[in-house]
Amino acid sequence: MALLEVRDLSVSFARKGEPTVTAVDGISFDVQPGRTVGLVGESGCGKSVTSLAIMGLLPRRGTEVSGSVLFEGTDLLGLSQRDIEQRRGRDLGMVFQDPLSSLNPVVPIGLQVAEVIERHRGVPRRAAMSQARELLDRVGIPDPDRRLKEYSHQLSGGMRQRALIAMALACRPRLLIADEPTTALDVTIQAQILDLLTTLVADTGTALIMITHDLGVVAGMCDEVNVLYAGRVVERAERHELFAAPRHPYTAGLMASVPRLDSSGEQRLSPISGSVADNIPWEQGCAFCPRCSNALQLCGQATPEVEHTGDGRLLRCHNPVGEATPISVEGP
Amino acid sequence: MMTVDSVVSDDRTLIDVDGLEVHFPIKRGIVVDRTVGYVYAVDGVSVRVHRGETYGLVGESGCGKSTLGKALLRLEQPTAGSIVFDGTDLAELKGEPLRRMRRRMQMVFQDSLSSLDPRQSVESLLVEGLRAHGLDHGREATATRLQELLSAVGLPASALRKYPHEFSGGQRQRIGIARALAVDPDLVVADEPVSALDVSVQAQVLNLLTDLQDEFGLTYLVIAHDLAVVRHIADRIGVMYLGGLVEETGADSLYAEPLHPYTRALLSAVPVPEPEVEDRREQILLSGDLPSPAEPPTGCRFHTRCPWRQPQRCDSERPELREVAPGHRVACHYAEDIRDGLIGP
Repeated sequence: MALLEVRDLSVSFARKGEPTVTAVDGISFDVQPGRTVGLVGESGCGKSVTSLAIMGLLPRRGTEVSGSVLFEGTDLLGLSQRDIEQRRGRDLGMVFQDPLSSLNPVVPIGLQVAEVIERHRGVPRRAAMSQARELLDRVGIPDPDRRLKEYSHQLSGGMRQRALIAMALACRPRLLIADEPTTALDVTIQAQILDLLTTLVADTGTALIMITHDLGVVAGMCDEVNVLYAGRVVERAERHELFAAPRHPYTAGLMASVPRLDSSGEQRLSPISGSVADNIPWEQGCAFCPRCSNALQLCGQATPEVEHTGDGRLLRCHNPVGEATPISVEGP
Repeated sequence: MMTVDSVVSDDRTLIDVDGLEVHFPIKRGIVVDRTVGYVYAVDGVSVRVHRGETYGLVGESGCGKSTLGKALLRLEQPTAGSIVFDGTDLAELKGEPLRRMRRRMQMVFQDSLSSLDPRQSVESLLVEGLRAHGLDHGREATATRLQELLSAVGLPASALRKYPHEFSGGQRQRIGIARALAVDPDLVVADEPVSALDVSVQAQVLNLLTDLQDEFGLTYLVIAHDLAVVRHIADRIGVMYLGGLVEETGADSLYAEPLHPYTRALLSAVPVPEPEVEDRREQILLSGDLPSPAEPPTGCRFHTRCPWRQPQRCDSERPELREVAPGHRVACHYAEDIRDGLIGP
């Protein structure tokens, strides 16, 4: 059984005097224990809102969440505020993009890590502090005894992110969500943090949901990749298959538009035309169709349904890339 | 790619920086400010940028790459060193001659939202530079010029009456580029021009920069932390670490044969969007963080994190940037030994 089953998750935000915005529009995916699942997409595709919905961190007012998030059979969306608070930190851990604003600036780092252990495991303060020290040591913070007493502004960006990872892993959660954990960091520090995440996840058997816009990070870390566009999963595949042969024009477009370190600059990049602002609503057709190089007349008229292809891939497209002969569909 | 001798200055050189230093004082005190130290943001950099080429400057945050870029345009006052732009030393220039010189060098900023005045329409943003440099030759000529600029950067004519907030990030960056081009500059310094953009839009802007260079014969200095972006756009690349240049060579050669240990670590840390490459990637993980530029390490600035560090020289003697192969300069005492595998990490 899957550790986490997300089914038809939708999140919409009501705004005063303005139309409701649907950020996540029916996303379904599974996370198996000990596996790393990637959610990839550009800004506004709903990847962060999905993670906040799973963690129950969305504001209650003005937000409508539907669908289900089954964690070992329990629907997290149906839990009371108290029950989800019990789970957060114990069963579910989260690492955010901006470590400075996710740490409390007026509480020493050590106490922040110890708090988690105290709260969820009922360990007394003194013992929790020594465990916090071990954790900081394990995530590679040099001189943990000194760092325990320091505040977040005294740490470097990479060290803050390590402290955050220590907090998230303090109670050995079975699921860790990392939302752009390295976007704010330099490449050499990014390499350290990704390496740390990979080892910790492998050691503790924690399942990881990796949210990122960086295809390079996905290619190296994720077992399975979900490509999101405008709040829906448009393609899902095992990483080797996805990168070897992207089928959705958006996935293919993303890959063609990233400059690569291992290819020279002679080749021109082929960007995806337009921007997210050009999307049409999913009800009218395929949201990507105004930017799509493979668009058919049908794409603007009928919503593409999810399709499971032979190789275990999930695809939401009328006219995928790499088809031997493009499907010719006459408009109605 | 151009193969140019980077040591001898000749008429191909547009900008010639020699021994540039930019130090910021750290002040303490309540009534009277006392200078208690300096941040050595740029500490002895010599660089030549040739006409029509794209020079890429890479490095991690805090390495001084943006300060260097700003100092080249005299937006930062250099502490020492010379910046010779087309035969004139900018470091000496002030007042009206400097202002006139500014027409020839323009800048494109990272954050297009905060670098465009929210209360000015696109038309007014673009005309401002023309007026300031006396390039505004009557209503009709200006209108034609604005149309040219907009079509060059791929914006519709209707954009003129709009305000910055009405555009998307990619379009705003196009406005920033159009503003830089308005005064017909020779040199454009682009500081992280695409880092705030989504990947699909990033590619559009990178292609635009390449096209504009071909069309107007521009010289670019592109500052970025993303090595893949720099490799894509640049002819030559300089790698900075803690205020100094540690390696400089052609874009392809830097990737094919990085000689400085820092460059090697940097290149090995960049994820490549291909699982096969990622699976067999050998990373050189650097330990620790960047030291503070206010208290740079003695000797080689990189010796505190260098996996190839040797017991002698590294912590006492600062390596000079020296030419080890034609057009390939490295600041490492042991570059050849590391290349030939005589020293292991």
